[in-house]
Amino acid sequence: MATVSAATSAPQAPARRGRRRALAKFARNRAALVGAAIVLIVIVVAALAPWISPFDPVQADFLHVRSAPDAMHWFGTDELGRDILSRMIWGARASLAAGVVSVAVAVAIGVPLGLIAGYFGGLIDTVVSRVADALLSIPFLILAIALAAFLGQSLTNAMIAIGVSAMPRFVRLSRGQAIAVKAEEYVEGARAIGLDDTRIVLRYILPNVLPPIIVQASLTVATAIIAEASLSFLGLGQLPPAPSWGSMLNSAKDFVSEAPWMSIFPGVAIFLTVLGFNLLGDGLRDALDPREH
Amino acid sequence: MWRIVAHRLAIAVPTLVLVSMIVFGLQKMLPGDPVLALAGEDQDPHVIATLRHQYHLDRPVPVQYALWVRDLMHGNLGTALRTGVPVTTLIAQKLPVTLQLATFAMVIAVIIGLTAGVLSASNRGRALDHIANIFALSGMSIPNFWLGILLILVVSVHWHWLPSSGYVSPSEDFWLSIKTMIMPAFVLGAALGAQLMRHTRSAMLSVLHADYVRTARAKGLLRTTVIVKHAFRNALIPIVTVLALLFGELLAGAVLTEQVFTIPGFGKLIVDAVFNRDYAVVQGVVLVTALTYIAVNLVADIVYVLLNPKLRRR
Repeated sequence: MATVSAATSAPQAPARRGRRRALAKFARNRAALVGAAIVLIVIVVAALAPWISPFDPVQADFLHVRSAPDAMHWFGTDELGRDILSRMIWGARASLAAGVVSVAVAVAIGVPLGLIAGYFGGLIDTVVSRVADALLSIPFLILAIALAAFLGQSLTNAMIAIGVSAMPRFVRLSRGQAIAVKAEEYVEGARAIGLDDTRIVLRYILPNVLPPIIVQASLTVATAIIAEASLSFLGLGQLPPAPSWGSMLNSAKDFVSEAPWMSIFPGVAIFLTVLGFNLLGDGLRDALDPREH
Repeated sequence: MWRIVAHRLAIAVPTLVLVSMIVFGLQKMLPGDPVLALAGEDQDPHVIATLRHQYHLDRPVPVQYALWVRDLMHGNLGTALRTGVPVTTLIAQKLPVTLQLATFAMVIAVIIGLTAGVLSASNRGRALDHIANIFALSGMSIPNFWLGILLILVVSVHWHWLPSSGYVSPSEDFWLSIKTMIMPAFVLGAALGAQLMRHTRSAMLSVLHADYVRTARAKGLLRTTVIVKHAFRNALIPIVTVLALLFGELLAGAVLTEQVFTIPGFGKLIVDAVFNRDYAVVQGVVLVTALTYIAVNLVADIVYVLLNPKLRRR
């Protein structure tokens, strides 16, 4: 029994120390904190949309079509007279949902597959790795466009498509980590005391695989937000009249010279949000993976 | 060396087969029966049966796949629904336009990425390094279709410097072709340049600490000579692989760039096909994109072996 507790608690104390060190390192990184602040602001804006949005985001107002920014409509109005600020506030929901849900889909499918492939090896590893390679050889957005085309146009399908396209990255990452971790002494120890494979994977492999997965997830959220905006820009994501930053840019592209505010503000929102997630991801990588520097 | 090349080829083959399966599988994801949609309002059972037989839909799925691959081997990717033009003909018309755009963008990305990466690494921790990093992060965060819209607004609408959209073939009017390509290529190349900068910086930093670079410095060589001749040449080796991997992003980015600048290329073909529900064209574009990507990466792998003396001797 003493051996069991020694084998199971061995990696936990350094892990706790490592977490504290990572947190302290993250807190010292100003760029990462700026990123975290941007992400937090976007989350709060999206959550409070019904209360802070000055106008109904889908209500057309034909008396104020393409009005320039003024005291009433801070960011101006679009081709149907809808308030751009209100649409952007509600659009934050679509962007965040697309980023988070699609990455959740990618993690939920990719990580278990990668762990199984990396831990067990053999034929299952070959099959999973080759399928991941094949999916990776179809560029992210092209695959997402094709999937959105065949599944149908909607935000949900766009999220599924982006998630499936991002999934192979997580397969590769978790597979590689699982291969590295399974050779560690404490995993050997756990196997020696008779723990079954499921418990070893869940208790020893998964916690060690998590830090790089978290880093990759935060960076992939940024990619997914751009992908959703791209799909909506192409008309394959959020369906009108519901707002999304990408679909707002889609309608704005026809009025670039007449109503530039229609293009500028939603673009700034995408840029800042993606920048926020990229800064956050970079900061997490610096804090969690000392080998990077 | 040939063993490594053969190994890379051996990996590419199953990847190709799986890509073909994925592309074939796409059509199976379509909701409803495609034959019923083709049969029109009458839904004549005889017509339905004929169509089912014509498209091999009365056969088991593995047989359908085998027949599809057989057609593929003969260069038959089907025909476009509306025009009846073979998909291969359409792709052959549009691909050169996208390749021209991609080549331009790659040149811009390489110039921006390599220069900024080398300058950033050789000035680590200084103002230039910080500025380059900020630009790289911004380049990676800016959606390229938005950058395109902004450039049209400033460069075309306000300054009237460059045409805002369209495509002119180099054989028609070379200079006009260059002028119409500058903005789209910059838009497409900017994000790539940003990523390339980060990879170059990282590769350069690891090389700058290598013993042979220290020796070169100790010998009293000029700083520029050490950076360009010794460090950069070796840092370039892993960057070849990165360039090939980024080629996929270039093809994907072209879809949006072509949409913004109304360039009649490969990207516009797939988007138009999606809206026309022309699934054979969508499949064809996905397949050719994946094949191009695999081929480019295979070539990069071989170039990597050729550039790396350690691997070359094996």
